[in-house]
Amino acid sequence: MTSDSLLRAFTLLLKRDLTLAMRHRAEMINPLLFFVLVTSLFPLGIGADPKLLQAVGPGVIWVAALLAALLSLEGIFRSDFEDGTLEQFLLSSHPVSVLVLAKILAHWLITGLPLLVISPLLGVLLGLPGDAIIILLVTLALGTPVLSLIGAVGVALTVGLRKGGMILSLLVLPLYVPLLIFAASAVDTAAAGLPVTAHLSLISALLVLSLSLSPLATAAALRISLS
Amino acid sequence: MASQPNNNLTLAAADLACIRDDRTLFSGLAFSIGPGEALLLEGRNGSGKTSLLRILCGIRLPDAGRINWCSEDINRLGADYHEHTAYVGHRDGIKLDLTPLENLAMARALGKPNDTTLEEALEKVDLYGFEDVLTRNLSAGQQRRLALARLLVTDTALWILDEPFTSLDVHGIKVIEELLDQHTSRGGMLAVTSHHAVNLANTSIQRINLSELAA
Repeated sequence: MTSDSLLRAFTLLLKRDLTLAMRHRAEMINPLLFFVLVTSLFPLGIGADPKLLQAVGPGVIWVAALLAALLSLEGIFRSDFEDGTLEQFLLSSHPVSVLVLAKILAHWLITGLPLLVISPLLGVLLGLPGDAIIILLVTLALGTPVLSLIGAVGVALTVGLRKGGMILSLLVLPLYVPLLIFAASAVDTAAAGLPVTAHLSLISALLVLSLSLSPLATAAALRISLS
Repeated sequence: MASQPNNNLTLAAADLACIRDDRTLFSGLAFSIGPGEALLLEGRNGSGKTSLLRILCGIRLPDAGRINWCSEDINRLGADYHEHTAYVGHRDGIKLDLTPLENLAMARALGKPNDTTLEEALEKVDLYGFEDVLTRNLSAGQQRRLALARLLVTDTALWILDEPFTSLDVHGIKVIEELLDQHTSRGGMLAVTSHHAVNLANTSIQRINLSELAA
C-alpha cells in the first residue's frame, strides 16, 4: 500500500469519526458539561475563600478533566465494536496502528479540545492568577492527548467484555496518576511565581512516550479483544 | 472487482482445529480453494461455521493447523493477505449514522480501491436513490445489501461471507447470487456459510459439512 492511500484512509477515518460525533451532539457535550459542573460545584462545597480556591484550583480542574476523559473513553471503540466496523479496520490492508491513531486523534478533538478551550474560564472562576491560567492551558494542551492515548489502550483491552467500564477505570486511572501529579503541581508552581520548565518537560516526555507506544499497544489489544 | 485474472492464487488449509470452551468444534480439517472456486460451509447452529470463517479472515487464530495463502501463512502475511480478502460477517460492519455513500467511501479507503464508482456499486445492489439517506432509516435487507456492496468497491480476490442472504428477499438473493457468480467467473474465490441454498451456475462449489466432522 502506498503512503498516499494510507493518508487518505487516515483523513477519511478522522472525518468519519467527527461526522459521527456531530450527529450525536448530546453525547459529545456530556464530558464537557461534567467538567464544568464538577469544577463549579467546588466553590459551593468548600466555601468561596479566594486563598483556599486558589490552593485547590489546579488540582480540582485536573481531576475533573481526568474524570471527564474517563467518562468519554468507551466511545472510542464501543460502537465500532458493536456494529462490526472494528473488524473491518483489523482486516484493512493498512497498518492498524495508523488507523487507531486517527481514531484517538478524533477522540481528542471531540473531547479534549473543548476542555482546553473552556478551562481558562474555570481558572478565572477559581481565582487562579493569570500566569497560572496560561500554564494550566499549556498542561492541558500537552496532557489531554495523553489521556486519550493511554485510555485507548484500556478501552481496546476491555471492549470485548460486556461490563468493561469498571475494569477500564481500574486499568487506566493508575496510568493517569503521574500526569495528574506533574500537571497540577506545574500550575501550583506557576501560581507561586516559580519556573515550571521541568514539569512541562516531564509532561512532554509523557506525551511523546504515549504517542509512540499507545497506537501499537492499542492495535495489539484490539486483536486480542476481537479474536 | 478483480481486473486481472488471478490464476496463481490459492488458499489452502491443513489440519485445522477449533476448540471453544473445551469443546472441539472441528479438527483435522483440510481444504483448498483456487481461482473461480467456492467453498460452502454447512452444518448446524454452533457447529463452528462462523469460527472457521473468522479463522480464514485471520481475526481468530486456529487452535491447530495452518492456513496458507499462496503457500505463505496468512498470519505471517498480515496486511499483505488482508489486501486480497473482503469479509462480510454476521454483523454488517456499516455505521447506521452514516449514509450509504459515506459507508462505502470508508470501506474503499480501507482496502485497495478498484475502478467501480461508489454509485455503480450501490446500483448493483439495487440501492441507487438511497445514497444520501442515513443507513439507520434503511430496512434490514437494504442494510445487508449495503454491507455486501462493500465487496464491490475494493479489488479483492477472496470474499469471505457469513450468511450473506440473511434478511434478503427472493429478489435480493438473486441479485447477490449473480454478483457472487460474476466474481468467481472473473477468477475470484468464495468462502460462504449459508442456510439458504446457494445457486451459482458457473462456479464449482466445494461443500464441507462441519456437523459431520465434529468429534
